[in-house]
Amino acid sequence: MKEKTMEFLKKNTMLIALILVMLLFHGLIVAGGKGSLFAPRNITNLIAQNAYVIILATGMLLCILTGGNIDLSIGSMVCLVAAIGATLIVRMHVNIYLGIAACILAGIALGAWQAFWIAYVRIPPFIVTLSGMLAFRGLALVLLGGQTISPIPAGFTRYFGSFIAGTGDPQTKLTTSLVVGVVVCAVIVLATFYARIGKIRKNYGVDSIVSFMARLVVICAVIMGAFYSFGRDRGIPVVLILLGVVVLAYYYYTSKTVPGRYLYAMGGNEKAAKLSGVNTNGVMFFAYANMGFLAAIAALVCLARFNSSFPDMGRNYELDAIGACFIGGASAYGGVGTVGGALIGTIFMGVLNNGMSILGVDQNYQQAVKGAVLLAAVIWDVVSKKRKNAA
Amino acid sequence: MSDTLLQLRGIIKEFPGVRALANVDMDVTEGEIHALVGENGAGKSTLMNVLSGIYPHGSYEGEIIYDGKLCRFSKIRDSERLGIVIIHQELALVPYMTIAENMFLGNERGSTFNLDWDETRAKADEFLSIVGLAESSQTPVKDISVGKQQLVEIAKALAKNVRLLILDEPTASLNENESQKLLDLLVRFRERGMTSILISHKLSEISQVADRITILRDGSAIETLTRGVDDIGEGRIIKGMVGREMTSRFPAREPNIGEVTFEVRDWTVHHQLYEERRVCENVNFNIRRGEVVGISGLMGAGRTELAMSIFGRSYGRNISGTIAVNGRELHLRSVREAIDNKIAYVTEDRKGNGLILSNTIRVNVTLANLGRVSSGKRLDMDLERQVALEYRDRLQIKCSTVEQNAENLSGGNQQKVLLSKWMFTEPDILILDEPTRGIDVGAKYEIYRIINDLVAEGKSVLFISSEMPELLGMCDRIYVMNEGRIVAELSRDEASQEAIMSSILRAEECGRR
Repeated sequence: MKEKTMEFLKKNTMLIALILVMLLFHGLIVAGGKGSLFAPRNITNLIAQNAYVIILATGMLLCILTGGNIDLSIGSMVCLVAAIGATLIVRMHVNIYLGIAACILAGIALGAWQAFWIAYVRIPPFIVTLSGMLAFRGLALVLLGGQTISPIPAGFTRYFGSFIAGTGDPQTKLTTSLVVGVVVCAVIVLATFYARIGKIRKNYGVDSIVSFMARLVVICAVIMGAFYSFGRDRGIPVVLILLGVVVLAYYYYTSKTVPGRYLYAMGGNEKAAKLSGVNTNGVMFFAYANMGFLAAIAALVCLARFNSSFPDMGRNYELDAIGACFIGGASAYGGVGTVGGALIGTIFMGVLNNGMSILGVDQNYQQAVKGAVLLAAVIWDVVSKKRKNAA
Repeated sequence: MSDTLLQLRGIIKEFPGVRALANVDMDVTEGEIHALVGENGAGKSTLMNVLSGIYPHGSYEGEIIYDGKLCRFSKIRDSERLGIVIIHQELALVPYMTIAENMFLGNERGSTFNLDWDETRAKADEFLSIVGLAESSQTPVKDISVGKQQLVEIAKALAKNVRLLILDEPTASLNENESQKLLDLLVRFRERGMTSILISHKLSEISQVADRITILRDGSAIETLTRGVDDIGEGRIIKGMVGREMTSRFPAREPNIGEVTFEVRDWTVHHQLYEERRVCENVNFNIRRGEVVGISGLMGAGRTELAMSIFGRSYGRNISGTIAVNGRELHLRSVREAIDNKIAYVTEDRKGNGLILSNTIRVNVTLANLGRVSSGKRLDMDLERQVALEYRDRLQIKCSTVEQNAENLSGGNQQKVLLSKWMFTEPDILILDEPTRGIDVGAKYEIYRIINDLVAEGKSVLFISSEMPELLGMCDRIYVMNEGRIVAELSRDEASQEAIMSSILRAEECGRR
């Protein structure tokens, strides 16, 4: 029993750390008489503020998995794609759907451009994406002419920045939110039960029914809490649906598909992967081209959130995404890391930002604290691995 | 008789599960060339690593007495300070630095914050002329040949005021002319009173220059031969090296050999980086159904290069020749195609090229054949787990669960996981490259049993090994390879350690003429 608890703690260190940090900030905020971290408005803010980071961190994770490679260009890519979108939709009055399609294609093209050099010519990713970071920002400035383009038509923002049932009266809003929450919970419960029954039928080992139920109850409680918050605030954020789709799709891709498996194999030992018949160049190309695709999605979200396209957009986004992956347990050498981890890493950073802002901590100190947390997370990762190897 | 410079007394060095050195005694007289010979794995390099402080005092038992004093080296620097310098088989030069910079790397002229480049260059030129290398000390090391690089290493040792020079296989990658130059240099040094220890597989060189020869076998010093007292001919040295009794270390097998399933003709491969060098030349061989065919040869004979170039061109350039499986000619352009044509290659370097150590046993076992555990591109993790469990039971992999990471397994169990991975691709032709390297005797026996099971199922096995006893114990036929060529084909009855060794030596004689 004790061993099992230890293993659970080890496996979920970051999740536990996240919960502790949330409780800590909650305590500080309540004690300071500044409301609550879990206030409905704040929960919605947390999601709106971090949606783009979650999307970018998911893409960055794939790059990191290929061997600790990072993509420095995504902040500039977000800026350039948003500038293209705003130019088309606002200045040239192109159809919104065409505009969105153009943005996504542009993102894929930018990603594929870099991916080609990285995967097939084997130019170090650091250098290729550093060049992209400079060049894409430059092109964005050219396109914007140094100006801000705003506002973005509501027809566009409603797909990325609005709320479901946001305009209804409080009672319908709450009811809608709770109903959707119950449906989500029901789907999760059914899916996990289905998987469990399948395993039992095939005589595979399963967790004890107690821990299985406990986990389900906790997950459902968190979901219902979140949806209750949405209901009490402005309704369900549309961007949440997008996030759900992205996170689930990439979770599935990395953990349950053959190409996903190749990603881990390549990062774990590229030579061994090659000798096992894996097309490692193709894997690398996909990771970086896909990063362009997700940067475009993030650009659309940002365009809606800021209701404008401006020259400084996306500054340092790459660092947020990289930081989130490493805090979430990705290895700096590649081959290790999960989408779930990157998600937890992002929320962790988000809570730090959000909590410190509410507490009124000086911006400069916030930066320092975030830096320290990133280093601490990676040190913990390296040291615990060393200890494991020594044992 | 001159004085004894070095005495090793009762050296014992153990690694987890292996006793690499068992009570080795060795004396080296000042001003002699002392040769150290033995098969791969006999403990030569381990002994030299103990002597030079790579394995620090305390990690071995026994005494090192150098120049009359008991020495306890805790790092290489300690031994170098006393003039003991070791030159390893893989040269330790920085390619983009000049000869002069390399020569004084770690031994810089001038002070820490003010390097004296003039002195560096002057000294470098001086030592270069001593070793007879006509190159400017300003030439980057990458621009000179391996033979010349070897001379730079020796000049570097001279710059450290060497008294005892240890050379580990210095001529392994040199041609005949360069080798002879190097040996002449050693003889010249001897005349000036320098002492050297020479480790070499090339016994003719040893017969030529050595004053005394210490023979290691299975981690023990068997005997020391002295020039002028004992016979130091090659035949005598071989007898000392291989004269071991064969016990039943191999599981019995009734050979049931069928038709030729795999045939390679006129296979020529050029070096991956140095395109003008041929690593395999006109290699011809075949394997029959249910047959274990061995490839013997010294390190650097081109066996791994041969295997990898056959396995979907995963090594080499300008590859020519034909491969036929069951009489049908195949053009394998990638590893994937090789796997699809039921060929498997189990690498000699299980950690570097074989396993993904940070992944679980389950992931490693299925990696080369994920198609079998997926529908569309969707993985069936339950089926995958079942496969892993099946191989765990079949090969008796000792692990807590198949979700354990490969890095936490012992060498023998890692090797079994690697074998599982390739057995799961259901090959007809299985190339095993040093499948028992670095694993203990018990695990070796289990690997041999697995090989026997595989050929009993009608598969064909190509077994590459540097350990002659295991080839003799396991193979139905043995090809001997030397310097990229097949130099002999021996049937089970003809094969013996002496026969293999002498065919290698014959080939080297021919090459020299």
